[in-house]
Amino acid sequence: MELKKLKARLATAVRGHKLLKDKSDEMIRRFTLIIRENKRLRDEVEASLANTLRQFSVARSLTPEYAVEAAFGMPTAAVTAECGVESVMGVDVPKIELTSSVRTDILPYAYSEITSEADESVREISSVLPSLVKLAAVEKSVRLLADEIERNKRRVNALEYVMIPQLEETIKYIRDKLDENERAAIIRLMKVKNKA
Amino acid sequence: MVGKIAIVGDGDSIMVFKAAGVATFPAEDEKKARDVLRKVAQEYQVIFVTEELSRKLGDFLKRFDETPYPVVLTVPSGKGSSGYGDEMLRSAMERALGVDILFQK
Repeated sequence: MELKKLKARLATAVRGHKLLKDKSDEMIRRFTLIIRENKRLRDEVEASLANTLRQFSVARSLTPEYAVEAAFGMPTAAVTAECGVESVMGVDVPKIELTSSVRTDILPYAYSEITSEADESVREISSVLPSLVKLAAVEKSVRLLADEIERNKRRVNALEYVMIPQLEETIKYIRDKLDENERAAIIRLMKVKNKA
Repeated sequence: MVGKIAIVGDGDSIMVFKAAGVATFPAEDEKKARDVLRKVAQEYQVIFVTEELSRKLGDFLKRFDETPYPVVLTVPSGKGSSGYGDEMLRSAMERALGVDILFQK
């Protein structure tokens, strides 16, 4: 009875192990694609952002402090993003897209207030913003996927190196025991027959 | 779902983001940043954090890794990139794959 139950469990474990292993392989394949994309985006964004911020600090140094405060203290139309959730191999990852198209023609201050370097840097920031938001989503996906891959790997290993060997060993033990019992029964019968 | 975008960082670098329509939350030091982030995380879906701050807040920011939102992204500040973003990328990669496929040179 117990043997039958154990055999069923072993079959399930083996099948589960195979499935999880396939899942792990596929996740790793996706992960490599995403992480490459991530690297590319980050390099791109960091380069342009560093450039823009440097330019902006130049602009700041050319204008008095209070003028800068006044120019940038004004609220502007806030950018919003459409946030959704996408499933990559059963992992929920964010999917974000900027909705309000960033208007680069309107600046929140008068031209006379500040130098043109500032205009330029604000415009550039607005133009990197879509890729920045995309990078945010991609990088989050990378982290979520990395966690999931790690967890999955642990599950696969637990099945492969603990669960399955243990089940196999127990099944072997029970089978040996049953065989032993059978042999003992036969021998007993033979002995009894000899006596008679 | 419509998400809002915010940036947390030191005053200088984030000012220009404000002009571009991103909500800005100044935070000079680590302690302040924690408080600000806790509040911002409730309301905003996309949060940019400048590199200096996120380097100090590494452990604190990990708690946002569990759920899809809010998305926290480290951005370089006015002083240029110090490669912290690449570091994060590498650690995620090593955890998942065990090998380096991007930076091997």
